Amino acid sequence: MLQNHPEICRHLLWFFGVAACVKLLLIPSYHSTDFEVHRHWLALTRSLPLSQWYSDETSPWTLDYPPFFAYFEYFLSFFARLVDPQIVDVHQGLNYEADTVVYFQRISVIVSDLCLVYGIYRLTRKLEAKKRVAMWILVIWSPALVIVDHMHFQYNGFLLGLLMLSISYLQDGRDVMGGFLFAVLLCFKHLFAVAGPVYFVYLLRHYCRGGLLKGLGRLAAMGTVVVAVFAAAFGPFFYHIQQVISRMFPFGRGLCHAYWAPNFWVFYIILDKGLAFLLKKFGIDIPTPAASFTGGLVGDSSPFAVLPQVTPLSTLIMVLLALSPCLVKIWKNPHPGSVARWISYAYTCGFLFGWHVHEKASLHFVIPLAIVAVQSLEDAQHYFLLSIATCYSLFPLLYEAQEYPIKVVLLLLHSMLMWFGFSAKFSKVKPPTISDNKKTRKKGSSSSSSRSGEEGEFVIGWGGKCYIIGIVIVETWGQLLHPYFLGDKLPFAPLLLISIYCGVEVVYSWVWQLKRIMAD
Amino acid sequence: MSTYFAPAFFSHLLGKCLRRKHPLLEISKLGLVVLGTFAMVWWPYLHSRDAALQVLSRLAPFERGIYEDYVANFWCTSSVLIKWKRLFPTQSLRLFSMVATILACLPSMIQQILAPSSKGFLYGLLNSSLSFYLFSFQVHEKSILLPLLPATLLAMEWPRPFKLLTHYALFSMFPLVCRDNLILPYIALYALCIFLYHPPGGRWDDSKRQGSTPLSLVSVLLTLAYLGSLVLHIVYLTVRPPERYPFLFEALIMLLSFSHFVLFAFHTNTKQWMLSGHLIGSDKGKKQH
Repeated sequence: MLQNHPEICRHLLWFFGVAACVKLLLIPSYHSTDFEVHRHWLALTRSLPLSQWYSDETSPWTLDYPPFFAYFEYFLSFFARLVDPQIVDVHQGLNYEADTVVYFQRISVIVSDLCLVYGIYRLTRKLEAKKRVAMWILVIWSPALVIVDHMHFQYNGFLLGLLMLSISYLQDGRDVMGGFLFAVLLCFKHLFAVAGPVYFVYLLRHYCRGGLLKGLGRLAAMGTVVVAVFAAAFGPFFYHIQQVISRMFPFGRGLCHAYWAPNFWVFYIILDKGLAFLLKKFGIDIPTPAASFTGGLVGDSSPFAVLPQVTPLSTLIMVLLALSPCLVKIWKNPHPGSVARWISYAYTCGFLFGWHVHEKASLHFVIPLAIVAVQSLEDAQHYFLLSIATCYSLFPLLYEAQEYPIKVVLLLLHSMLMWFGFSAKFSKVKPPTISDNKKTRKKGSSSSSSRSGEEGEFVIGWGGKCYIIGIVIVETWGQLLHPYFLGDKLPFAPLLLISIYCGVEVVYSWVWQLKRIMAD
Repeated sequence: MSTYFAPAFFSHLLGKCLRRKHPLLEISKLGLVVLGTFAMVWWPYLHSRDAALQVLSRLAPFERGIYEDYVANFWCTSSVLIKWKRLFPTQSLRLFSMVATILACLPSMIQQILAPSSKGFLYGLLNSSLSFYLFSFQVHEKSILLPLLPATLLAMEWPRPFKLLTHYALFSMFPLVCRDNLILPYIALYALCIFLYHPPGGRWDDSKRQGSTPLSLVSVLLTLAYLGSLVLHIVYLTVRPPERYPFLFEALIMLLSFSHFVLFAFHTNTKQWMLSGHLIGSDKGKKQH
């Protein structure tokens, strides 16, 4: 029989407690620019009136998240002022690095992770024990989340918690709550809008059905909820809406971030450079491009020598094109069980084909995929490699030497935990227990299909093993052999190698996810 | 530092040798190996007596005095009542501490010589390092780690006393931790330790295992002392000590830790002797563990 809810809560809080202790120990990690960004936003929202939040120029780190996040920072600034008033001073607090602000901000991230804990609780409370614990290990003890949130400093745990909550409500069949939470999430960070088409099509088909009149009524209800959320967020900024939008979508940036995220455009750029090189060899004259990939769009000039130029619009079209098979599938059969799969797929497409994608955005599809990973053996095997690859792609984010052992140990621990967790769940001989038999009798057909997917031992094939060995080789090259043989020349080469190598796995994962969705 | 474990090794190996067919041969083989290793390592300094003595004097700095700061061992704790440094010169204090240390680890050594065993060896390590910690010359707070090592290897035998030992070992180092601004890692690691002790559904989940524990006087006193030590953590951080006794809190911490270490030493010595129950014949008190 399933454990009762208080016991599940206790176990979950144990996981959170252990993670929180590790995060507390990581407080003295390096001081990233994101730290100063969020500190400035604390000061901004506290000291300045609403009208100036999106037009202030005191610091280069302007507010580029939607208003709900600004309200969140405003809420936090109450406590910040109690701890140390200098944190929230717009001018005096610039680049403030004292212990008080470090402790305050890092502890605020740890506490805000409770949102993720609640989201995971709602998602896993009805699962069986092994699946539940496996998911907790994958999400609450996720090394990527620790690296990005607690060493580099962001509030992703909190935002992903909202996403998880939304998915959990959709899985329960409570569409209005799911849609409402997604709208709230969009007003916290607009980057999550990539899954918007999935939500729209799913809610349209799943919620707004039952005849024309009822469907239209439900559509109106849903629409009202979403509009209400947006009004609550953007309402107070009605007269400055232009300024808000321009700050939220800074188009001055280039196709790639300074460090290239492992997405499709890396291969596009490599192809472009390769073709230019080959064509030059054949004697065809190719003008070297003036613009760079990381800089902004400079008029008509394209940073690409041979291949056509890429604009933000074309990336949007590509993302939508990649999403379309999935949307068609949702239209045909919107059942709640696959919601997590579709949403992760949407974020994978957004990551692969998006404009100016950070490697941190890999969190958006890796964490929701954990929901799917425990469902079948193939999912688990796929997730094992993907999680390792995306975590490895985050390594260049922590460039200081003192963090090197930490990130390596985190990745190794995670791999081992995943291995043991998945092996325990998917073992060759599954001894039939009384609880299993009861569940199969109750659930009927769904469990029989999942049982057929669960059979078989959790092993990594030759491809996977080679890939993991390849990671070790790439890392050895980047850390030891490159400085030894090439010294200071080509400093970006190791980073490029990591990008390409992880990009291979992300592209493979995208194709695999698409095949899986189509086959569902 | 490893001299803390030397008596245990010596007694265990001696006990083992005496059980063999040709004890004298075994002992001489062992002795040759040990002396040979020493000779190889010390070779550069063996050319003259002075050079060897110089190395020794650096290894064992006797001029620093019998204790420094507020370490939870016998000399420091009893110096509250008997001012050792004022009453006796360093030479005699050296002699006292050597005699006391040897006397303290004698029971454990004798047990191992008479009845050597693997488990007894671990207990021997624990007892000898604990006696060194308690009675040796110029002991640093960090040296509590040396008894903690064999204690950890034996932790599965008695989880609850081990928890107490870890707590007081950490507690005895608390002033040092505060001085190095390591309070947050202290709290985080302590909390992590507690979490690892109580995994969900684990064997050591006390609430499931214990049921109704008989409340003996000892357990009540221990609980009170534990709560007192927790309060002392907070008091040490927040309250300023009175002018007359600027090191009052350090002394209290030291007193609490020392008393528990002594209790622990008695406990482990008894356990070691109970391993070879046939040697002492009659029961030496049936203690519930």
